[in-house]
Amino acid sequence: MESFLNRYRNITVLLLVIMAQLVLLAVDAKVQGVPLIRVWAVTAVTPMARLLEGVRSGSSGFLHNYVLLKDTNDENRRLKADLDRLKMENIALRNDLNTADRAKALQLFQAHTASKTLAATVIGTGTGANSRVVFVDRGSTAGVMRGMAVVTPDGIVGKVVAAYPVASQVLLITDPDFAAGVTGQKNGAHGTLKGQGTPQCKVDYIPFEDRIEAGEMLYTSGDDRVFPRGFPVGVVKSVRDAQPFKEVMVEPSGLQHGLQDVLILIEGVHQAIPDVAPGLQPIYLAPPPPAGGKPAEAQSPAASLGTEADRLRGQYQALGAAENHTYGQNPAGARPPDFTRLGAQPAPSTPPVSAPAPAAAKPPGPPPGETPKPVGPPGGGQNR
Amino acid sequence: MTYSGERILLSNEREGQTSRFRLWVVAGVALASILFQVYIPRHLPFLGFLEMPLLVTVYFALVRRSQVSGLLVGTAIGLAQDSLAPHPLGMFGIIKTLVGYFAASVGVRIDVDHAFIRLLLGSFFYVFHQVLYWVMTRALLGRPLVLDWPRTVLEGALNGVVGVALFVFLDRLKVRS
Repeated sequence: MESFLNRYRNITVLLLVIMAQLVLLAVDAKVQGVPLIRVWAVTAVTPMARLLEGVRSGSSGFLHNYVLLKDTNDENRRLKADLDRLKMENIALRNDLNTADRAKALQLFQAHTASKTLAATVIGTGTGANSRVVFVDRGSTAGVMRGMAVVTPDGIVGKVVAAYPVASQVLLITDPDFAAGVTGQKNGAHGTLKGQGTPQCKVDYIPFEDRIEAGEMLYTSGDDRVFPRGFPVGVVKSVRDAQPFKEVMVEPSGLQHGLQDVLILIEGVHQAIPDVAPGLQPIYLAPPPPAGGKPAEAQSPAASLGTEADRLRGQYQALGAAENHTYGQNPAGARPPDFTRLGAQPAPSTPPVSAPAPAAAKPPGPPPGETPKPVGPPGGGQNR
Repeated sequence: MTYSGERILLSNEREGQTSRFRLWVVAGVALASILFQVYIPRHLPFLGFLEMPLLVTVYFALVRRSQVSGLLVGTAIGLAQDSLAPHPLGMFGIIKTLVGYFAASVGVRIDVDHAFIRLLLGSFFYVFHQVLYWVMTRALLGRPLVLDWPRTVLEGALNGVVGVALFVFLDRLKVRS
């Protein structure tokens, strides 16, 4: 027996190890939870990923600010180095601006959405061969739990599949294991969005008789209990009629501008699906600056405020005042006002009391003191 | 012992030179390969085809020329990789265990210091790894994974090329007797 084991020692060890891992695989596939080994691995790797990110950004700054300026004795080289430095700074500032834009978009989205969200930064990718998984720098200590939805202002991004103390694993919308309930904006067709491992996703289970068109925006339906209703998903790129379900391909809107900062929905709130596609929603535009830099207050308020009826009312009041006539009082023998002069009188200097508020006649604008900048609609990309 | 550039097959197992590494070197290289897999494709997506943990597994198995050692290194690296992947634990573990075992078995018989052999083995084990992953995903997890053969073969060749350079670097970390 001993000689047998010695002779087949290698293959025996191999079989034992394979068997042990098969058992581990079966247990891990069946039991819902986070095994300790995953916690250890993520806890060991994510701080290093953060460190690497810090070193990368730090060394990038060091490279830009010191190394490129080290050899500055020669005038021409100095000027060239200055030019290079300025170019690099320009790129860095553009990057900073992009980052600031992203942060501002996230803040605006956070302020406008009813859901309670938590901002997170993507710090690494998963190691799966065909998986689309990323790690974000928020974990269970920050309140993140498995199954929470992850979104950006542009659309849904994925869902948390594992929450570790200092980081979380997010399954992206393009992963073959991803699925979410979606509904069309125009016709309300319901289906299940599935990742393909490619940039586009597929929508399953839309019956043949349901209507859905290319270019239609899809929103989360809320049926999956992960994504609240009304979050943008993407734009339908192609629709093919098939039996019994249509073959619909969708381009996700949440991943269009890369993946840097995301929001984790700590408490999702269902919201209504907008009637108009985000790209077609009216966007408030501030009036252009006055020519010559003069303020617009020189204009008569009556000329710019109120309706046509208000203008006419002002003209009649002015005519009555000019001819000492009080409307509604017409004693016998009194001379009626000369209405042929109507319109020749100057308009009153103050707007009528009953004139409607100017804001009611205008599209809704931003609150006072805030720069009127539209929030970029999903897929619209105006704020990028 | 030196090898000529012409000889590839070893006449017997004892002719092969077993390399030794310090434990922290093996652990550090394995961790670095995992970290590479987690961090680099995020900033350099075009390097996403590289399977560094696999190349490291193949290297240690080849140069150690011990099947038990090779499969244990493969198990450790594979399980660590599994821990950071969304699929159940053991998928990469089993695959890399087999890779480590077979690579060590090859290393016993073949002169693995030969660059061309390293290129071939790196490419072969990448394709083997991907095919086995595809089989296990479909058979054990029941997930419809698609295997893109031309792409897999091309990525295998690229991994082989990177493996040759990586193996030369890792050769410098051997314990000199």
